[in-house]
Amino acid sequence: MADRFGAPMIVLAAVAFSLVAGAQNAPRINSGATTEQQATPHPGPVLLDGWGRPVTDALKPGEKPGPAPRHEISGIWEPARGPGDGIQANGPRDMPYDGKPEHDPPYTPLGLETLKSHKALFGYAAVLESLSNDPRNRCDPLGFPRADFYQIRHTQIMQDDRKVVILYEFEKRWRVIWADGRELPKEIPSPRYYGYSVGKWADDTTLVVDTIGTVGNEKIWLDETGRPASDAMHVEERFHRVDHDRLELTVTIDDPKMYTKPWVAVNKFPMRLQSPDYDVVEMMCIPSEEEQYYKDYGDQASGIDSKQSK
Amino acid sequence: MRGKFSVVFALAVGALIVSIPLFAHHGNAAFDVGKKVTLKGTVTEWVWANPHCWLKFDVKDDKGNVAHWVAETNNLADMIERGWSMRSFKPGDEVTVTVEPVKNGNPAGRVLQVVLPNGQTLGMAYLRTGQEH
Repeated sequence: MADRFGAPMIVLAAVAFSLVAGAQNAPRINSGATTEQQATPHPGPVLLDGWGRPVTDALKPGEKPGPAPRHEISGIWEPARGPGDGIQANGPRDMPYDGKPEHDPPYTPLGLETLKSHKALFGYAAVLESLSNDPRNRCDPLGFPRADFYQIRHTQIMQDDRKVVILYEFEKRWRVIWADGRELPKEIPSPRYYGYSVGKWADDTTLVVDTIGTVGNEKIWLDETGRPASDAMHVEERFHRVDHDRLELTVTIDDPKMYTKPWVAVNKFPMRLQSPDYDVVEMMCIPSEEEQYYKDYGDQASGIDSKQSK
Repeated sequence: MRGKFSVVFALAVGALIVSIPLFAHHGNAAFDVGKKVTLKGTVTEWVWANPHCWLKFDVKDDKGNVAHWVAETNNLADMIERGWSMRSFKPGDEVTVTVEPVKNGNPAGRVLQVVLPNGQTLGMAYLRTGQEH
C-alpha cells in the first residue's frame, strides 16, 4: 500500500516544493496584482482615475460653466490649479510659515511656546525626521482643520436635507456637517479629531460651517509646519460656489488660547468640479507598508536599521 | 564614580540609539540634491504602496558584479496623476532609470525618470499641469 502511493506522493511533494521554491525565488509584483492584471500591458502615460478609467473634464473644451445651483455644493472637487496646489506643505496657502512676519499668525505666549515645542518636517523651522514629533509620523489622523491645510486633493462632498458629508482623499477620512438647524453643542460630549460641525447657508451659494470640539493639545497640529491648535479652537469655513464648476474655500481660525485674534489661513482656495463619475484613488497611511518601506528602501537610503533605532 | 560614569555612558548611548535618523520620506536630507545618475538595469520588483512607491532593479557593471538598486518615487495618488500605474513595470523589464542618489553611497535614490523597454518615458511632472509640484 505504501509503495502504491509512495512514488506519486514523492513526485507530488517535489512538484509542490518546486512551486513554492519557485514562487519564493521569483521576482514579484507587490500589492496583490492578479496574473491577469500583470499581463495587461501598461496603457501609457494618460490620466486615469482610481478605477483606471481615463479622466474626462466636467466641462467640455470651450464650454462655459453654468450658474451655481442654490444651496448645493455636492460633487467631486479638486484643486483648480492642479494637484500640487493643495499640498500646502509649508502651511496654509495664504499664511505659509516662511519666516515673513506678515505670514505669522498672532500667537499668544502659549501659542508661541507650543509652536516651538512642535518639531515639524516642513516650514521655516523644519527639522530632520529623527527629531520630528509630528503626530502624523506614526499615521495618527491629521484631524481638523489640518485636513483643510494639508493635502487637499479630490474632495467629495455629499449632502442631503439634514447634513453635508465631506470625504477627503488624503488618509481616506470623512466628516459630517449638520445642516438641520441644530446649534453647536454647549458642552462637548467628547473631543474629536474632526470636531463637531454645523453648517448654515449665508446666501444661496455660500455654506458657512462652524466647528468646535477638536482634540487639541498635542494630538493635532493646525498645519504641516507645527502651528498649534487648542481644544478651545473655533474654525469657520466658507464654501462659496462661484458658479456650477467652481467652489472657493475660505478658512478662519479663532483660538484664544493660541492666537490673540482670529486670522484667515486660506482665502478663496479654488476648487473645480470633477466629472461626476470620477473615482477617487485610495490613499492611506498604513503602518505595515511604512515598515516595508523602511526595510526595503528607507534604511538603505539613510544607512541605518530603523528597527534598531526605534 | 565608576557607577555614575556607567549610568551616564549608558544614557548617552541610549540617546544615540533612539536619535539615529530614521529615513525622512518627506525630506531632502538624505539625497545628493541636484546630482543625477542614469542607470541601465533589470526590474526585480515594483512596489505600489504607501507612503511612496519604490522600484527595485539590478544593475550589472563591466565585471559582471550586480548592484541591487532601490529607488523611491512618490505617493501612489501623485504617481497616478503623473501617468504611472501599478502595471508600469514587471520583473525582467530592461529599464533606464535616472535617479538623484543618496549621499551615503548605497545603491539607492529618488527616481527622476524611467525609460521603459518600449522607449516611453515616465517622468515626475503632473499630466494635467506639466509641473512637478
